[in-house]
Amino acid sequence: MANGSTIDALGQFELHPILGSVGETLRLSQSPVFMLISVLLVLAFLYFGMRPAAVVPDRLQAAAEMSYEFIRDLAVGTIGEKGTVFFPFVFALFFFILTGNYLGLLPYSFTFTSHIAVTLAMALTVFIMAILASLRYQGIGFLKHFMPEGAPIALAPILIPIEILSYLSRPISLSIRLFANMVAGHVLLEVFASFTIMLAGLGVAGHILAVAPIVINIALMALELLVGLLQAYVFAILTCIYLREAVAH
Amino acid sequence: MRLMPRFLLSAAPLAALPGRAVAAGMPQLDFKNPLLQGQVIWGALIFIFFYIVLSRSALPRVDRVIRNRTERIQNDLDLARKAKREADQARKELLDARQKATDHAQANIQTIRDMAKSATESQLAATVERLEAEMREAELNIKTAHNDALHHVNEIASDTATSLINRLLGRDEKATVLDAIKRVQG
Repeated sequence: MANGSTIDALGQFELHPILGSVGETLRLSQSPVFMLISVLLVLAFLYFGMRPAAVVPDRLQAAAEMSYEFIRDLAVGTIGEKGTVFFPFVFALFFFILTGNYLGLLPYSFTFTSHIAVTLAMALTVFIMAILASLRYQGIGFLKHFMPEGAPIALAPILIPIEILSYLSRPISLSIRLFANMVAGHVLLEVFASFTIMLAGLGVAGHILAVAPIVINIALMALELLVGLLQAYVFAILTCIYLREAVAH
Repeated sequence: MRLMPRFLLSAAPLAALPGRAVAAGMPQLDFKNPLLQGQVIWGALIFIFFYIVLSRSALPRVDRVIRNRTERIQNDLDLARKAKREADQARKELLDARQKATDHAQANIQTIRDMAKSATESQLAATVERLEAEMREAELNIKTAHNDALHHVNEIASDTATSLINRLLGRDEKATVLDAIKRVQG
């Protein structure tokens, strides 16, 4: 928030205990509350949407079915037949991130996907799941992928460490991509909103000039809606790609 | 690389504005904060809950509805295809039956026509035969009548000549007349 001549753009990412001392003891902040709200919203959407279970669906049921089929096609289309096993996980991941991103755009809310700890935890889950799937479907033989096929054996001392590094960087890039996008978007929104307040304090000219940041913020909001969806999709499709590599022989 | 303009754009005002925000650093990187640690644990629990509810209840429910619809549409399509097959079969049977009936009727008509033709021909032959017989009989009668007529000509002629002579001369010259006739016919 604007405070005199300074802008506290990062304050929005601070965690605060809720329910007083109970929250402090349980280490419960507003972030898990918004996670829970996101999860409940998605579940409510699915349960209320599918309640009619009609052959000719109404709008809400059609939306629920479209969401289901969209992620199912994504998982099965990318991973292959074994994608059905991972489909609920990909669905959970996509909608957890999507609702988290969109919920964070509402006033007085909190964007839990703007925390690297959260995104890294999700990325590590994907990473570990991909390793376990590799071991399950390919056995220890999956390690041979670290030596590119057809490459001269003399280059192995260089190629293998590079491949391992590239593999290990996956959870880092996956988590930072989402985290950075969310932080950047929310910082920009906060900064331009603060500009409006600061300009409004400069008299008549300031009142006129203050319109510009509002216009920019409206455009930014549209961009954030796109970015929120895109990042959830990117996270989900990269998860599918990593899992496809893991299950492919 | 797509992120670069966004990063620069967001970093620019932060760098330009001296304030406690920059000095304090990002709250997301304060890993010693117990709330941040708690956030990950709570997040994991909530995500696991979300995953379990989705995989055990919510998604199978959607799947069931979609599967039921697909099955129902498939069943309806199968029924429609079966009905079409039956209708096609019935139509074929109808056409076959109609063709058979037509053939049968034509055969009957032909038989009747042949019978009528044969009856007419035999009737005609009988009539022709009867007429020929009648004609033969008539010709015979005519011939008989002609002969009879020729047979009586001399008598009529002699009677007529005798009668004329009698009227003219007042005498009966029948014998002379007969002789004359015989001479002429001689």
